[in-house]
Amino acid sequence: MKDIYMDNNATTMVDSVVVEEMLPYFSEQFGNPSSMHSFGNKVGFALKAARKQVQRLIGAEFESEIVFTSCGSESDSTAILSAIKAQPDRKEIITTVVEHPAVLTLCEFLETEGYTVHKLKVDTKGRLDLDEYRSLLSDKVAVVSVMWANNESGTIFPVEKMADMANEHGVMFHTDAVQAVGKLPIDLENSNIHMLSLSGHKLHAPKGVGVLYLKRGTRFRPLLRGGHQERGRRAGTENVTSIIGLGKACELAMTHMEFENVQVKAMRDRLQEGILSAVPYSFVTGDPENRLPNTASIAFEYIEGEAILLLMNKVGIAASSGSACTSGSLEPSHVMMAMSIPYTAAHGTVRFSLSRYNTMEEVERVVAEIPPIVAKLRKLSPYWKEDGPAENPEQSFAPVYT
Amino acid sequence: MWNYSEKVQEHFFDPKNAGAVDDANATGDVGSLSCGDALRLTLKVNPESEIIEDAGFQTFGCGSAIASSSALTEIIKGKTIDEALEVSNQDIADYLDGLPPEKMHCSVMGREALQAAVADYRGEEWSDDHEEGALICKCFAIDEVMVEETVRSNNLHTVEEVTNFTKAGGGCSSCHEAIEGVLTRVLAEKGESFVAAGIGGAVPAVAATPKESMATGALKRIRLIEKVLDEVRPALQADNGDVELVEVTGKAIYVHLTGACSGCQMAAMTLGGIQQRLIEELGEFVKVLPDTEMPVEIAGA
Repeated sequence: MKDIYMDNNATTMVDSVVVEEMLPYFSEQFGNPSSMHSFGNKVGFALKAARKQVQRLIGAEFESEIVFTSCGSESDSTAILSAIKAQPDRKEIITTVVEHPAVLTLCEFLETEGYTVHKLKVDTKGRLDLDEYRSLLSDKVAVVSVMWANNESGTIFPVEKMADMANEHGVMFHTDAVQAVGKLPIDLENSNIHMLSLSGHKLHAPKGVGVLYLKRGTRFRPLLRGGHQERGRRAGTENVTSIIGLGKACELAMTHMEFENVQVKAMRDRLQEGILSAVPYSFVTGDPENRLPNTASIAFEYIEGEAILLLMNKVGIAASSGSACTSGSLEPSHVMMAMSIPYTAAHGTVRFSLSRYNTMEEVERVVAEIPPIVAKLRKLSPYWKEDGPAENPEQSFAPVYT
Repeated sequence: MWNYSEKVQEHFFDPKNAGAVDDANATGDVGSLSCGDALRLTLKVNPESEIIEDAGFQTFGCGSAIASSSALTEIIKGKTIDEALEVSNQDIADYLDGLPPEKMHCSVMGREALQAAVADYRGEEWSDDHEEGALICKCFAIDEVMVEETVRSNNLHTVEEVTNFTKAGGGCSSCHEAIEGVLTRVLAEKGESFVAAGIGGAVPAVAATPKESMATGALKRIRLIEKVLDEVRPALQADNGDVELVEVTGKAIYVHLTGACSGCQMAAMTLGGIQQRLIEELGEFVKVLPDTEMPVEIAGA
């Protein structure tokens, strides 16, 4: 039986149509777009077409607002570092506690350089407090960086509204939208978002290509200086094939947007309902009412995520977990901890993230496979007795922590 | 995905001795803060012979935590409790054909559960003074708490000294930024500031003298060093060169390259090769340096 891939928030399969589109640019039209000869004369047009395709998907007003980069992380770093370099007198940054490390680690580094970083907290459903946000906006803030949708829980933040609020205070607004682009309709022309990051491999384009959207007129300082590529805003020879692939992937995402929000959502809902009704002591994390259509993050209490993933992998199901052990880090996922999910559940969260390539048959197979896996691990768990958690599980098993 | 050995997978997918022992007379409950994992070990000890007749585990944790628990119970069954206490976390890891460095603490948790269970059997109170932190050096599996404590108690000031004392940073060197971070923090507590030594790699070594390694076995250590030098000597002599031992201070071993070796452009590589052999033979991190780099106060003594 074919293995089932439900880890699309980590990365996606490159669509075969995308691969087809890229192929001629490896060995036929391989010239440098900056060259004057015939080996590259079609490349420039192909890049222009790709830029248009990206522009359409995110609703940008001008194609020159699209800057191709190497990945989402580069776009995030470029945006934040540009904002602080362009406005050296502003020493504060506003972000959230649940951002991706691409933003959080950079902000923590900037703290050591003397910047004040305000991290907006979230409630138990992963939602922000906009009053707290409003109180922090001032002319000391160089940039606000808030993700459009959370990669782990799928929770969507009201970034358009937050960008309006920033704009009222004259503050630059950046959003890391790598999980949202292609899944949610985006209309940047009619927003106050100044900068937006997206990543190719999250929407069936190859890895190693990303985009920074830069609203016309936004003050900007490049991360990489050098050649004239990307109008001098990102030097370095273009990753031509991947950019062309990303363009095609954006066009496909436009056509599949409705499928994503109807069929994929229906599969996700069935998966979630099927698992929750069969597995006691399990619950959805994040804000189920306001969530990416493809994501379900489910916490299985009293067991640990890596162990679940290993057993799932054995039966051919791929997903990911917020457990500490899957990353080799100390704490379970900062996103789960931020939502105040108890340790014994945070360690057991599994994120299922679907795509248009999944089928309802696959969903039913997963729904059937998960309950015995959870039961097997609970049998091993010191918090579990026979067919339920031990009475007062936290007290009946209170190990000496070292 | 972790690179788990066949043995780890075997003990994870089909764990031995899972569940609590019915008529247990010893229980050890421990957890590892560093990953939130926890383990309950139950033993049935024969009061006459003190032999562990049965052992069972219940684990809340990842694949290697479950495999380490399973391995532990297999290892200790049939042993007396004194024999069982001899089992180290390395023994557990070896039994599983090794664990990834990030997962070594799973085997530590197994050993601690055993100590706690034995203490429970003997009616003693078990406590542990060992604290774990975030892994800094992946090459030698050294965590932040270890680096921090070593920096504090030995008054260290440079990354190189940290490497000499703990091995951390002695491999791929990717963690040097993190080590600098610890140094900056600890030195700031004393009102000092961390000063980086040049660009890093090319800086001559500072001879550090860890107290503990000088106390015993110094002669044995020097003989081992001489043995390794004797082994490489024929290869050097074939190229009309030679090497002699000049001085050993802590982790720094000074040698004198003679004949064709001295001034040879390959000298640095030769020293590197000797250093690798010595690290393997001595089982500790050492630095081999040309005698020309010996600090004056040592050379003069």
